[in-house]
Amino acid sequence: MSAILPLRLSGAEARRRGKRLVGPVDLTLNSPGATVVIGPNGAGKTTLLRLMHGTERLAGGEISWARPLAEVRHEIAFVFQTPVVLRRSVLDNIAYPLRLRGQSRKNARAEALDWAGRVGLGGMPDRQATVLSGGERQKLALARALITRPEVLFLDEPTAALDGRSTREIETILTEASIAGTRLILSTHDMGQARRLATEVVFLLHGRVHETAAALAFFDAPGTPEAAAFLRGDIIE
Amino acid sequence: MLLITLDGDLLEIALRSLRVTLTALVIAGLIALPLAALLAVRRFRWRRAVIAILNAMMSLPPVVVGLVVYVILSRSGPLGALGLLFTPGAMIIAQVIIIVPLIASIAHQSLRDLWSEYHDLLISMNVTQTQKMATLLWDARRALLTAMLAGFGRAIGEVGAIMIVGGNIEHATRVLTTAIALETGKGDFALALALGFVLIALAVTINFAIHALTRTEREARW
Repeated sequence: MSAILPLRLSGAEARRRGKRLVGPVDLTLNSPGATVVIGPNGAGKTTLLRLMHGTERLAGGEISWARPLAEVRHEIAFVFQTPVVLRRSVLDNIAYPLRLRGQSRKNARAEALDWAGRVGLGGMPDRQATVLSGGERQKLALARALITRPEVLFLDEPTAALDGRSTREIETILTEASIAGTRLILSTHDMGQARRLATEVVFLLHGRVHETAAALAFFDAPGTPEAAAFLRGDIIE
Repeated sequence: MLLITLDGDLLEIALRSLRVTLTALVIAGLIALPLAALLAVRRFRWRRAVIAILNAMMSLPPVVVGLVVYVILSRSGPLGALGLLFTPGAMIIAQVIIIVPLIASIAHQSLRDLWSEYHDLLISMNVTQTQKMATLLWDARRALLTAMLAGFGRAIGEVGAIMIVGGNIEHATRVLTTAIALETGKGDFALALALGFVLIALAVTINFAIHALTRTEREARW
């Protein structure tokens, strides 16, 4: 199976009610590693992720993968800032993507149990997912996204509303997934998290890519004054 | 006393009531639930119109439904050749027409709410239309049960339509509600009341049975 990366955006735009939210964006994402999208609130981080994932309609420009979109769709997954849990048990939630792909209930649930264990939900497979805490929900969403072994995983502020311990656990899961070969593309406003996870940084400002750089170089010496100001903690308009 | 002496006939009538209503309920469910799911996930041009019509049809007067079904099924009607008039089949058809809008409307309300909750996730998972509908129907099953019970309640207590298309023929199409109407007309209030209690007991028992079987409210909130 050939890789779906690189992902190429050329002049990609997202609009809503005639207003340009993101773009034009030119960006190429290659494997491996973790790309972290940072930028002030309203810069268009979420929209850019959705655009790349294909849930946001492309209003202009082009987005292309190394393989046809119909095949790519089965190799990518998305984790939302506020996880959506199905009104089912923890196990059935995690098994859901496998069931969609036509796996038998028994196999899907067996594999889901394995993943539940990996994300630390192994002790509550039959608990109703709707009663889980915020951190548990996000771990559930992660397991559900990773169970199909996606080549690329998009995460929109995955730990925005979580406490320290949950954040650390989720970052551990993400690091393991990354080592296992899943390409991570995540947005965050937590600079500590960006430093911990990123191999590459995309700095977004006013819907455009202001700066792209390898993570170490970026955090060491940002190439633009705006990025430097953002890292210092200044408010950027 | 009356109930005991009338055991044979009463049992027959009660069982026919149950059979007609449950058959109508199953058929109506098979039509209404997928329809409700389709209306929740699919955006097509006449969607809003269909929903408005369904809501309006919830208040269809059963007598008028009975009349229309009667005309269609009568000897000179378009489906007269089927010979369904004055049979339980005709009563089932009338009941299905009466409760499909009710079940579909109630089911659509809850499916629509669930869909707004699931929308982003299912879209991101590239789920097919059929899978969306199946997921919604399964995860909203508690709410759909309520819709089905509402349909059952409407059907088991219905008298106007099935009186017209069934004809209240003894040993053929007489059910609890039509028997009550007849006995009241004849002035036999004691028998009518007794039949009424049987009807209520039947409805309550079925409701409890379904709740027990599906373990509603036993677990945490869905």
